[in-house]
Amino acid sequence: MTALPQLSRKTSQAIAFAILWIVAAAVILPVVAILAVMLLKGGRAIDWHMLTSIDEGLLPAIAGTTLLVVLTAAISAPVGVAAAIYLSEYARASTSVRLIRLAIVNLAGVPSVVYGLFGFALFVTLLQFGRCLLAAACTLAFLVLPLVITASEEALRQVPQRLREASFGLGATRWQTVRRVVLPNALPGIITGMILSIGRAAGETAPILFTGAFISLSKPFPNSPLDPFIALPYKLFVDATEMPGISEATKWGEAVVLVLLVVGLNLAAVLFRARLRRARRW
Amino acid sequence: MSDVAIERIQVPEGEAKLETRGLNLHYDNFQALRDVSLRIPARRITALIGPSGCGKSTFLRCFNRMNDLISTARVDGRVLLDGEDIYRRDLDVSELRKRVGMVFQSPNPFPMSIYDNVAYGPRLHGMRERSSLDEIVEKSLRGAALWDEVKDNIRKSALDLSGGQQQRLSIARVLAVEPDVLLMDEPCSALDPTATFRIEELMVDLMEKYTIVIVTHNMYQASRVSQYTGFFLLGELIEYGPTVEIFENPRDQRTDDYVRGRFG
Amino acid sequence: MRSKVQRGWEWFVSTAIRVSGAMAIVFVILIFIFLLRDAIPVLRTSSVRDLLTGEFWRPTSEPPQFGLLPLLLGSLYVTVGALVISVPLGIGAAAFISEVAPAWVQEILKPAVEMLATIPSVVFGFLGLLLVGPWLAERFNLPLPLFAGLGSLMLGFMAMPTIVSVSEDAIRSVPVALRENSLALGATRWQTIRRIVIPSARSGIIAAVLLGLGRAIGETMTVLMVTGNSAVIPQGLEGFLRPVRTLTATIAGEMGETAYATPHYHALFMIGLILFVITFITNTIADIAVRRSGGLTQ
Repeated sequence: MTALPQLSRKTSQAIAFAILWIVAAAVILPVVAILAVMLLKGGRAIDWHMLTSIDEGLLPAIAGTTLLVVLTAAISAPVGVAAAIYLSEYARASTSVRLIRLAIVNLAGVPSVVYGLFGFALFVTLLQFGRCLLAAACTLAFLVLPLVITASEEALRQVPQRLREASFGLGATRWQTVRRVVLPNALPGIITGMILSIGRAAGETAPILFTGAFISLSKPFPNSPLDPFIALPYKLFVDATEMPGISEATKWGEAVVLVLLVVGLNLAAVLFRARLRRARRW
Repeated sequence: MSDVAIERIQVPEGEAKLETRGLNLHYDNFQALRDVSLRIPARRITALIGPSGCGKSTFLRCFNRMNDLISTARVDGRVLLDGEDIYRRDLDVSELRKRVGMVFQSPNPFPMSIYDNVAYGPRLHGMRERSSLDEIVEKSLRGAALWDEVKDNIRKSALDLSGGQQQRLSIARVLAVEPDVLLMDEPCSALDPTATFRIEELMVDLMEKYTIVIVTHNMYQASRVSQYTGFFLLGELIEYGPTVEIFENPRDQRTDDYVRGRFG
Repeated sequence: MRSKVQRGWEWFVSTAIRVSGAMAIVFVILIFIFLLRDAIPVLRTSSVRDLLTGEFWRPTSEPPQFGLLPLLLGSLYVTVGALVISVPLGIGAAAFISEVAPAWVQEILKPAVEMLATIPSVVFGFLGLLLVGPWLAERFNLPLPLFAGLGSLMLGFMAMPTIVSVSEDAIRSVPVALRENSLALGATRWQTIRRIVIPSARSGIIAAVLLGLGRAIGETMTVLMVTGNSAVIPQGLEGFLRPVRTLTATIAGEMGETAYATPHYHALFMIGLILFVITFITNTIADIAVRRSGGLTQ
């Protein structure tokens, strides 16, 4: 058997590490390059008119997305935070808890378009909301629920055990302890989780495709939650694929606005969380 | 070097396998070792004793440059193996660690079979042939007094062995790379008395072929197995000499206090 | 002493909280039931064999044909291609970040990967459609700027952050003592990584790949916009350079124009059901693998 010349171990390591450096560059350089291209191409088109015009600009889309994500957060927060409280404060290690966690992992992994089908079947059709803001928000609430639960649970767990013990030691019940001691201290972290879920909801297109999003010039703003609405990611999709006559720059501008919005929300959440950690009072 | 320092350098019989001269070690601003100079004789057991935090483990790890793994560690002074400075710039650290092997306090077998654990070292250095590997695995396991107990289960996971067996496996693992020196950092502190006894017996056997330096917080162990002992306190080498002298007739009051159990 | 009202309230609240906890399970079952409910009727007109092995997806022809094979293969091609890109890059980046990168590089790379994960899929689709696709088509003389491989490329970058962060957690949880022991035996850092660290992190890395797989299969907008949406069965390696149609793109593209309760409608729900089952399986296996690797701080 002809053997390959044996590389010294130091050389093998040097080659291996060089490859890993290249991998890291391959991961990050395309991202940086594309972001640069986006800003260059789209930055030109962004101006006050584009953001605030109703007929030709993004105001309806921005308004629609804002209403959508606020409604989504309002729907998902109670159940999500309550479930997180259960997992952090009430649950004892058992099979049912394992199943709950498995369910959360699965909810996080359901394809977004399948949520759209589910939302259509349940909210649009069965409950007869029709294609509207409410149906889309309910659908998205399911999609962001795992995110809310996970982030809230982490925030609750950060509260030191000794605070709970002090409360119990004074005769408080579990709920009293949660309400008066744990929740207030976990609130900033929970808010971070809500911001993250808003960021996620703002960028989703598939779940709202047939549950309420549309494009319309005559009805740019929904008059009630039971009306359809214009959403930023959906508008971007339509403008990029179906609408003739929209300038390149405008399309890129819309993409940049969406990216800035979503990444901005996530960045805000991350920075907020980092500041929290430093400002901890314990 | 000061007169006091020269006095502290003992020159034991036989060659000095390992030597330090004016060794200082800092972690950022904290000085962990202060001007340590000693010579460790070849093919003997040298024990390093002292209260917790006195720097004996840190000192031990200078001999195989494991302190390199700590980014804030700074070493000044000289550390010599067979007369050559191991901190010189062109030294291949992984080759150094072949010659100066280390056994840690907790066994930590790799999650592999017993055979693969012992064969790990030789394979690293390029040994591939089945027969050579078989040979060295058996030889190392015999050297660690473990062969008879595991020879029928050599493909089983090392994680199934008892604590004492795992520690002897760690020793076999080190023997397989055929070092000159064995550094042992509190090798028995996680073991029961029976397992401890077996390892102490093993050390005495190994002394014939290897230079052994052992860090221990157990003075009785030091007095049982070693020929030379160094006493550390707060990063300084207070006294160093033949074990008999250190324990029965120490020259420094602090050494006397420690070995009599008045502190530490 | 606590009043009856107080105790009653306490009971009510803790029950509400426990019920909320259980809701996660209820919701999963609910989704499954609703999908099943609207998917089953398609079996009245097409047998399971027709669906799974039928070669033609022509919902608007007379009679309609609901062969899923082109769609299944379309998803398969795009997903496998995505994994080919994201798995080596993802695991390599994870090993790089935890074992090789100096601290300042870690500070840049980790947040960059996390931010990459938050970019909406419609934006990836947009980039593929308007930038990457045309550029590739011109450079390599491709017949069309929309093809399966383009979907794989974009999906590769979308699935990668998942693989990086889960793998990185797994690698970090390998005990330091094992690394120390390896180095003390004279191993180089690379030998330690290759022979001890990565094998020890195996379960977690497998979980990472499975989660990345789940993400790639379930992606919708990106593939809808860049893979060409042509429901033909891809052939051989060449198939990567031609348009395909994925399961997800089919639903997204056709649901809007499909009347309620028609066979077409039910067929789309059947696709949704299949997707749900596939991702359920991959996510469950991944969860088991993660627990075996000693758990994560998730």
